[in-house]
Amino acid sequence: MLELSDLSLSVSIQGEFVEAVSGVSLQLEAGRVLGLVGESGCGKSMTAQSMLRLGEHQGVVKTAGDICLDGQSLFEMDNEALRRIRGGRVAMVFQEPMTALNPVFSIASQLIEVIRLHLDMDKHQARRRAIGLLQDVGMQDAEQLLSQYPDALSGGMRQRVLIAMAMAADPDYIIADEPTTALDVSVQKRIIALLLNLQKKRNLGLLLVTHDFGLVAEMCDDVAVMYAGEIVETGSVKEIFDHPAHPYTRALMGCRPEVSEPGILMPVIAGQVPPPGLWPAGCHFAPRCALADAACQAPVTPHAWAEGKHLARCLHVGQTAQ
Amino acid sequence: MTVLAVRNLHKSFSAGSIFSASGAEKKAVIDASFELTSGETLAIVGESGSGKSTIARMAMRLLPLDAGQVLWGGEDVSGLSVRALRSRRHYIQMVFQDPFASLNPRMKIWESVAEGLRVHHSSLTRAKRRDRVADTLALCGLDDSGMDRYPHQFSGGQRQRIGIARALIVEPKVLVLDEPLSALDVSVQAQIMNLLNKLQQDRGLSYLFISHDLSVVHHIADRVVVMFAGRIVETGTGEDVFSRCRHPYTQSLLDARPITHPRERACDSTPMSLDEGIAESGCPFQLRCPQARADCAGFDCQLNAQGYACLYPNKSSP
Repeated sequence: MLELSDLSLSVSIQGEFVEAVSGVSLQLEAGRVLGLVGESGCGKSMTAQSMLRLGEHQGVVKTAGDICLDGQSLFEMDNEALRRIRGGRVAMVFQEPMTALNPVFSIASQLIEVIRLHLDMDKHQARRRAIGLLQDVGMQDAEQLLSQYPDALSGGMRQRVLIAMAMAADPDYIIADEPTTALDVSVQKRIIALLLNLQKKRNLGLLLVTHDFGLVAEMCDDVAVMYAGEIVETGSVKEIFDHPAHPYTRALMGCRPEVSEPGILMPVIAGQVPPPGLWPAGCHFAPRCALADAACQAPVTPHAWAEGKHLARCLHVGQTAQ
Repeated sequence: MTVLAVRNLHKSFSAGSIFSASGAEKKAVIDASFELTSGETLAIVGESGSGKSTIARMAMRLLPLDAGQVLWGGEDVSGLSVRALRSRRHYIQMVFQDPFASLNPRMKIWESVAEGLRVHHSSLTRAKRRDRVADTLALCGLDDSGMDRYPHQFSGGQRQRIGIARALIVEPKVLVLDEPLSALDVSVQAQIMNLLNKLQQDRGLSYLFISHDLSVVHHIADRVVVMFAGRIVETGTGEDVFSRCRHPYTQSLLDARPITHPRERACDSTPMSLDEGIAESGCPFQLRCPQARADCAGFDCQLNAQGYACLYPNKSSP
């Protein structure tokens, strides 16, 4: 299990450290797909990257909590052990397939590099494995593809190559940060099917970072909704879709074009996510929330809901679920 | 009244890289025609590479035409020089996908928005220009406190509002919007959709809306043009396309829309084949089409009177 417990992260903004992720706990289990959902600027990507202790060279600092892989803290490991975990046991798929691939190296050299970094293989074995990986992600002409450069591939193909790369060392966990956002709708559907298929076949634990509840509906077993640095609601995907309890979750679900009637105004969430450093003292969502009252000015702890399996960080949970 | 019309547009680009001019040509747009009437929203949908952005740029006269005509408000502008076009560009303006890339990072917001005024209203004083910018920003839901800031100080949604203000400042009749929502969060998308809706109602604007996202198009479009491999394969009202589409390609786009609840998940999760092929002759969609038969290879792909180009369409609903 890959586990964040009570993790708080700070970033340096103009020389001053401000909290950007606040007391986040998440559990990524083998064989399950966990969705981390929220708007841009909520801290989802920073949280996801912290699971591999990435982002530290960009000034992200852990101020509290821990990150453990099978019970062992990532903060007690040396660089060599961390290097073996990154891309080895825990792999990442990023949003922009163009920027994540190096344009001046062929697909072969980039894929074989990752394989040989983590597995004890000679060049020929690694090449064979590369071909197998590309076939696994649905590339028919894998052999020919190896000699190509990233710019010769479509967005969907590049994303497949990145998924193949993530699978290179047979990881136990994959962290996918908006893996389909840059793609066409029809290509999105295929990439989703591919990721789910690999996830099931290899019993992977998959963390899906997204702003799109459509993707969550399609892929996830469990959901964590994040707002302004905090997890505001967690539960099974069915619970969250059937009984969304936090006003933010409900609002975010409501402004999808596919669920609102054409011809009328779209429901919106007024205002925007407050940046780190400008969070309200009480409930972070209160300034944008229709249900907010004086009681919301004080810090809010998560409330259990539906026999403890469903948590919502809101004082008005009873009201929202009706 | 027709505010924008394109007739029999053709466009090819030379294939191959700059290092190996192969002489081969890729047809980006083949014989495309449509009309946009006053106050309506016409959406052009299709996947990457379908030619939808190329058409938009030709309609804007930003790309030379290989063949065909472009009419702005009834006037044929196909043969006009750059200089002659410039004096007419206030009629039709464009909003781009990436509001960050389309704003000059070294220009203050008010300067970027005011650029159109320098061309079309060059006699205005600086103070008057600033007033016009403030008014237009207000129209787009931004207050004037940001006028002297730079693009990086704004969020994605705010930047897209700035992009819309920049297009509106010369009071166009037509806006060409090229994937204006694709780079935005769902919550911000909804805000911009409402803004576009309001502007259209208040000012009688016509929109040519380029998008690959059918959920958004369903919300915003009065009529829809579906493109595949450079051709228009189906056209109709939003209602036609969304509740009784005939072309199998349109159907495949509709099927690819995100689901709204986990209970709608498809039972099998077998990966779909890569299937990104486009046929060289006949119907371009035949390689991927579940309804294709042998004679599709000889089909000329002309839209019929009902507005679709297919030999074996979906059955029309009663």
